[in-house]
Amino acid sequence: MAMGRATRMLIGLMVALLLAPFIGNDYLVSVLILCLFNAYLAQAWNIMMGFAGQLSLGHALYVGLGAYAGGALFFHYGTPPWIGMIVGAAIAALVGGVIGFLGFRFGVKGVYFALLTIAFAEFTRILFDHFTWVGGSSGLYLPVVRADHDNLLLLRGRPAMFYYVILGLSAAVFLICHRILGSRLGYYWRAIREDQDAAQALGIDTFKAKMAAVMLSAALTAVGGVFYAFYTNTLYAESAFAMHRSIELILGAIIGGMGTLFGPILGAFLLTLLGELLTRLAENFGHGFEGVKQIGYGLILLVIIALRREGVWPRLAKRLGLDGEKAS
Amino acid sequence: MSPEFILGIAIAGTLTGAVYGLMALGLSAIFGVMRVVNFAHGEMMVGGMYIAYLLYKTMGLDPIMMLPVAALGLFVVGYLLQRYLVNYFIEVPEHVQFLLLLAVAMVFTNAFLMIFGPDARGVQLPYAFDSYNVGPLVIDKVRLIAAVIAVLIAALLGLFFAKTRTGKAIRACADNLTGAQVVGLDVKHLYAVTFGLGAACVGAGGALMLLLVDVHPHLTTDYTLLGFIIVIIGGLGSLPGALLGGVLIGLSEAFAGFFLAASMKSMFAFGLLILVLLFRPNGLLGRGA
Repeated sequence: MAMGRATRMLIGLMVALLLAPFIGNDYLVSVLILCLFNAYLAQAWNIMMGFAGQLSLGHALYVGLGAYAGGALFFHYGTPPWIGMIVGAAIAALVGGVIGFLGFRFGVKGVYFALLTIAFAEFTRILFDHFTWVGGSSGLYLPVVRADHDNLLLLRGRPAMFYYVILGLSAAVFLICHRILGSRLGYYWRAIREDQDAAQALGIDTFKAKMAAVMLSAALTAVGGVFYAFYTNTLYAESAFAMHRSIELILGAIIGGMGTLFGPILGAFLLTLLGELLTRLAENFGHGFEGVKQIGYGLILLVIIALRREGVWPRLAKRLGLDGEKAS
Repeated sequence: MSPEFILGIAIAGTLTGAVYGLMALGLSAIFGVMRVVNFAHGEMMVGGMYIAYLLYKTMGLDPIMMLPVAALGLFVVGYLLQRYLVNYFIEVPEHVQFLLLLAVAMVFTNAFLMIFGPDARGVQLPYAFDSYNVGPLVIDKVRLIAAVIAVLIAALLGLFFAKTRTGKAIRACADNLTGAQVVGLDVKHLYAVTFGLGAACVGAGGALMLLLVDVHPHLTTDYTLLGFIIVIIGGLGSLPGALLGGVLIGLSEAFAGFFLAASMKSMFAFGLLILVLLFRPNGLLGRGA
């Protein structure tokens, strides 16, 4: 009964999102692309922290690796981004695997593990800033073809095409998360998150399960990175690997409700729309108000953290009678 | 390249490193007592720099004279922040604390951006280019003064924790919170004093740093990360470790900036951090797990 209701609501939401480009204008589409992109990344991060309890504060690393893998392959060899996504995901899974291996094998935990992820992200950012094959600090520009027809294979085209691509990607990650949560691995992850020692005592191979979480999360994040590269067409190491990207990426997941299926999506939409609203407001008050927008953002964040520590979604789910969702 | 020249770089790096150490000292003290990771540390550093800058600009005073004002101002900010905000989040999971301080950091950085604008601002001191000649070596006067003051303040903080009643009470809270509450210590107040002192150190560090570099709002994240690197390398919670870590980072920056590109200098700091995390997770001078 409860599951049926959740499924019906989900289908309704999906239909609304599918129709959105026909109803709204270009501006709405661009905002929705941003919302969905952030929701995609928040879901990918949520696998590692929300499900398996391993805090990563350096996920921009995988966004950057994916973006540069897809971007550079296209720039140098004209490789389609869909192949770039596979390559980027493989590279990110490898790098995530190395970080996870080092961290878990050397017993780097909690705050220290989080700082390890920051260190790798920042290290790579500076490395790519001096990596001339991908443009170094002057950036990598993907060739833009005329945008009057859509080329889905090469991801060159109009905003509506990008919209459906990121909608598809977000939906795919949602389904992957849903599937895994119901599987043995999903239960292992949550056992580790709640009490790693107890999980180990039950005979769960915690090292393997955690490695799976890191590598899957990294690979999915990198796919998002490839989308980012082709949507923005310009790549700077400064911004692709930026610390603030790592932070923005996780805000949505935590605000929405970490460890739940729907929380990261809700949180990403809320924060993106809030940011957009504050930008509009700031523009109405004239320029020079960039700081005001960010202060407002910071204050609202403070309030949400103070009042809804577990995120917005769990409470909302109860209101909507959706407790049945496997959201623990 | 003469050995004197290399020694000169080493000395400059060490002196700058002492100021880094003072900044990291505050972070380390706050973590050591409350287990709170202050993600708004770089913001406080830049706050100290701006206080010193303002006083220099409006009254024409030497930033060194303004150091007590910067320290006091940051003490008040730190005390209030802990007492009325962070205190309610001592027991929550790390990621929630992290977000909380991040939100605080966001407010600070953008307040600086609004008030002072994005441009770099610095002070011009009459003795900015003075230097001492020790044999074949040339030592910057400004850098030497900054380093000496930084080490003095660090020593004072050490004395405070070792000798005074309040200092001992704070250490009691860090060692055994329940015990401290049982004997009737005002833990809330002591935590707030600790946060205030940590902030005062970083405020003083900021006033000193203004002698060496120009200030702009986007330095904040850099200093937060730098602070983390230093305290992890030295050992989170260890005060001498923070100074040692500061000097090591100062040295690595000076040499990397000279032999490679200046923009690559923090890569070495992050590389060093990764190595320390893996092989000595408690830091060079940290206590056992």
